[in-house]
Amino acid sequence: MSNVPGDLKYTKDHEWVRIEEDGSVVIGITDHAQQALGDLVFVEVPEVDQTLTSGEGVAVVESVKAASDVYAPCAGTVVEVNGALADQPELINSDPYGEGWIARLTPADKGEVDAMMDAATYDQFLIETEDA
Amino acid sequence: MGQKTPLYEAHVAAGARMVDFGGWDMPLNYGSQLTEHEAVRSASGVFDVSHMTVVDVSGADAEAYMRTVFANDVARLRKPGRALYGCLLNEAGGIVDDLIVYRCGDADFRLVVNAATRDKDLGWLAECAANVDVAILERADLAMLAVQGPDARSIAADLIEIPDLMSVRRFGFERADDVFVARTGYTGEDGFEIIVPEDVVGHLWQQLLAADVAPCGLGARDSLRLEAGLGLYGSDMTDATHPYECNLGWTVDTSDPDRHFIGRDALAKVGDGERVLTGLVLPSGGVLRAGQRVITDAGDGVITSGGFSPTLKVSVALARTPRGADVSTVRVEIRNKTLNVHVVEPPFVRGGAATFSLS
Repeated sequence: MSNVPGDLKYTKDHEWVRIEEDGSVVIGITDHAQQALGDLVFVEVPEVDQTLTSGEGVAVVESVKAASDVYAPCAGTVVEVNGALADQPELINSDPYGEGWIARLTPADKGEVDAMMDAATYDQFLIETEDA
Repeated sequence: MGQKTPLYEAHVAAGARMVDFGGWDMPLNYGSQLTEHEAVRSASGVFDVSHMTVVDVSGADAEAYMRTVFANDVARLRKPGRALYGCLLNEAGGIVDDLIVYRCGDADFRLVVNAATRDKDLGWLAECAANVDVAILERADLAMLAVQGPDARSIAADLIEIPDLMSVRRFGFERADDVFVARTGYTGEDGFEIIVPEDVVGHLWQQLLAADVAPCGLGARDSLRLEAGLGLYGSDMTDATHPYECNLGWTVDTSDPDRHFIGRDALAKVGDGERVLTGLVLPSGGVLRAGQRVITDAGDGVITSGGFSPTLKVSVALARTPRGADVSTVRVEIRNKTLNVHVVEPPFVRGGAATFSLS
């Protein structure tokens, strides 16, 4: 079973989004995603000031098994990236919702974030897709 | 669901993530591939390799037969208890499979071939045995463990009731009744490959785990063999590649001019071949993966196996590239970018450390 914190928003691509007090959003990949990927060995983070459309590739996470794209959960502009991942990609395995964050964005449309799955819905989504 | 080894339930109980491999349900890892890899490099690990196919070849013509189907020369195995690595070749010199051949007697050999090529290999071995006095017997009743790492031999020797296992030389083996212990492996570390009847493998597995030998999955097996520069059949070598373009020329024994092994005539015509299998190192910027394009001044090549080296903390790969390419200007295309890579002679890791320096 994977950990699904109650205070975050989620996408079907197994990204999480945390809304900060200043209106920016922090993004990362979920515990389910890191478990499926296995040990991470390389993370390519976006550039600060990079403008993203929703669904565009924002990062690449490479595990011992394969490379996977991380898609922008919403349109916006990158304001900060997690530089620690360059030397410690394993932070995503050990703390996917904390020190393993990937980037902070200013969303173009806050409504897009509000419309994402909440924890209960994502939990249900995991159960349904596991059974499939 | 695929075929299961006798240890399937033990893998699940140990927390394994199971995957399909050549039609078998096998453990990919038991939590962390990196931890398992490190255990084998620094201490010991055990792999269930019972999916591999054990074949016993015996009969009056067994030696002559093996000298015909196997490109290495079993005549070099002067007495029982010694083994040779090499290839079965087709008439065109392409590699049917790579395998280890153990000499058990004057006219008695044991072959361990890949699981994914079982049907093809058994068919080929039978086809080559027409009008030859040999019996070819698949031993599906046997299971196999690979115990690997600097501590592996002493731990295993304490658990197995065969005397003097520690004095077995590399590529040698000892057997007693149905227990067969060979000092061979696929990790670049010292260790044993142990073949036992399937009804006793569970007990041996549990004894090894109780002795703090780490259970290891196919993920670690792949990264260990890649660091050791050992090719994987189906990736680094296929029916369409010959040994000289797979870094396996050393396994083709042409010293006896009168030995007419299958593929010999074809190999004589291709010479060294136009391509080589070489090692690549990417110091930063991503992970080399099979299928990526390799760009050289002599034309394109391709990565046949790639991944992250847990020992070296960089990505390494085996690649097939044009022979004679300038090694100082080789690049690899990853996600529409081209990155400079270093060309090094495999293995990448020996004795737990890098075989090269990137200065």
